[in-house]
Amino acid sequence: MTNQIETPLYERFAAKFEIASLQSGNEHLRALRQEAFDIFRSTGFPSVKNEEWRFTNTLPYLKEAYDLEVVTSELSKEAFDQTAKLIAAHLDEVQHSIKGEQKGAYRLVTVNGRINNDLSVLPDAKDLKILSFLDAEHEPAFEQHFGAIATVKDNAFTALNTALYTDGLYLEAPKNKALDRPLHIVNVILADSAVFLQPRHLIVVAAGASLEIIETVITDKTTNPVFVNGVTEIAVAENAHFHHYDIQTGREGIRLVHRTEATQAAGSNYSNYTFTLPGADFVRNNLSLHLNAAGLESHLYGLYLTAGSQLVDNHTEVHHKFPHGESNQLYKGVLLDKSKAVFNGKIYVYQDAQKTNAFQQSNNILFSEKATVNAKPQLEIFADDVKCSHGTTIGQINKEALFYLQSRGISAQSAKKMMVNAFAFDVTEKVKIPALRTYLEQLIAAEMSKHEEA
Amino acid sequence: MLSIKNLHAGVEEKEILKGLNLEVKAGEVHAIMGPNGAGKSSLASVLSGRQNYEVTEGSISLDGKDLLDMSPEDRAREGVFLAFQYPIEIPGVSNINFLKTAMNEIRKYKGLEAMTAKEFLALSKEKQKLVEFDAKLVNRSLNEGFSGGEKKRNEIFQLAMLEPKLSILDETDSGLDIDALRIVSRGVNKLRSKDNAFIIITHYQRLLDYIVPDFVHVLSDGKIVKTGGKELALELEERGYDWIKEETVS
Repeated sequence: MTNQIETPLYERFAAKFEIASLQSGNEHLRALRQEAFDIFRSTGFPSVKNEEWRFTNTLPYLKEAYDLEVVTSELSKEAFDQTAKLIAAHLDEVQHSIKGEQKGAYRLVTVNGRINNDLSVLPDAKDLKILSFLDAEHEPAFEQHFGAIATVKDNAFTALNTALYTDGLYLEAPKNKALDRPLHIVNVILADSAVFLQPRHLIVVAAGASLEIIETVITDKTTNPVFVNGVTEIAVAENAHFHHYDIQTGREGIRLVHRTEATQAAGSNYSNYTFTLPGADFVRNNLSLHLNAAGLESHLYGLYLTAGSQLVDNHTEVHHKFPHGESNQLYKGVLLDKSKAVFNGKIYVYQDAQKTNAFQQSNNILFSEKATVNAKPQLEIFADDVKCSHGTTIGQINKEALFYLQSRGISAQSAKKMMVNAFAFDVTEKVKIPALRTYLEQLIAAEMSKHEEA
Repeated sequence: MLSIKNLHAGVEEKEILKGLNLEVKAGEVHAIMGPNGAGKSSLASVLSGRQNYEVTEGSISLDGKDLLDMSPEDRAREGVFLAFQYPIEIPGVSNINFLKTAMNEIRKYKGLEAMTAKEFLALSKEKQKLVEFDAKLVNRSLNEGFSGGEKKRNEIFQLAMLEPKLSILDETDSGLDIDALRIVSRGVNKLRSKDNAFIIITHYQRLLDYIVPDFVHVLSDGKIVKTGGKELALELEERGYDWIKEETVS
């Protein structure tokens, strides 16, 4: 065990695994869990000595005496009522901000990572298969993909999730099917005490299918610490399209580490839109795409608006393995207060991946002298006939532009809001669902209003 | 309307305006001319409240209200308008939304109702026509990709929309070809009235052929050293500024 920081949490996970491994039934899954846990055991939680975590110290977030056994299959009546209320308020707020622009979306509610059918409004199973892992174990596509996409090697958090997840959400868009409306996944987090959650999703988009998913978060009103170590595996088959929107809001006490890893087949399109807003203490997103065939495209759009003493870290990896692939990456950050952001974007162009187009752009504005950004593009290119570019900027708000707006009678506060919306526009305009775009613009404006002194 | 008394101001310890006095009444057009570095643009900046200027002495009042205590937005709401020498490009902020926000914030300050979209549109059309501003530019991002002339015309269009009491045109003629200069001047002339006033800052007499001033002031080394009628501008064009410097020294 090298460099392991001796956290009580590490010891407790080790003890938990000993017990859990005795209970597991499925031989294949047991082997998977064992392998994953061995990795976690040998590396432990990453420290800042690990290059991938250089600017992100997770230790302060791992000190709590988290409850590791929080998942219950059924909600108590109180918890159910509380959740229903939270969802109703959330949907009201969404509807209010979009003024009924959206004719509706299907709704899938998870509570601490578990599907809740009673609170969900689901599409027909022939259009989209939605199962808990416990019910999905024998689905052929589940057996094929589960644990085969997410990389556990050198990823302690993913390894830990793989070793000890209790249940998860399995989605399968059948061949050539397209839902008539987006699916809104509402992830509810309830914490009576400090809890450590390990949600897991597997999303399979079969050949020719297309899917739009919007994920949002609802939290309870406490400040109990919650560590969410999530993993989402995604398989996008030939000519399938998947637009995946992740709206990360939260509250004080929430710490989130999430790995989204996707494999893509020929002619497919996977587009990820990650919006991180103030609220959670800490967010680390790992987004990793494997372009496993020729002629496909991937889009990675990110916007982070950070405030308070928040730390938001986005790590992306795009693996171009075959010729004629195209990837497009645009991440933008607006930092307020004492917040800190990290962007690290890796593009690998393998030797066979000729005629690859890979672009990456990361732009940041510091709104405060106490905010920090660490941005690092990383390109490793082994093919010789490719078009690749990257660019990173870190700037401050343009004072002359601000003065220009003020000199026309616009308050400094409104002027800043206009400029932030304008800065974010390159990313928000990529959102394909108009109502969602409106909602996001409202969220951004509302957050800017909360930070009058920004 | 505007009263500037013994104004001393500068940037980072360096004094640029050194005891400037100026009185502007409603209905008047004042031209301020002077050699490079005399402090012409600094005067515009101080009037509009640009942040990096520090006023060390003196006063500026607009209809009796102390301007120096106000934020740039409040000065604008009180009726001060600066047409920028270098208008700023702001990608992603639409020209029309920007103007609408500005107008409504000014109206709110004055205790007026916000304009409806329809009223605003009608007004915008009328003013576009008045100052000959291309309708296509109205819906674009603020000044983004505009030519030099288009930017200056946009300044005049904004002026027409916001109807300020006091407009300061800071080197509006710089970088304009003769046609653009004519259009800009025509716009300004149409906007002149007995209730508003203009301060026209320029290096050259050319603009004053089109916008005829009531007074011409020569600014040199941070002070107004000579004031005359429109004929002073012609004399300056002919003889340059050196003779005035000599005159003031002797």
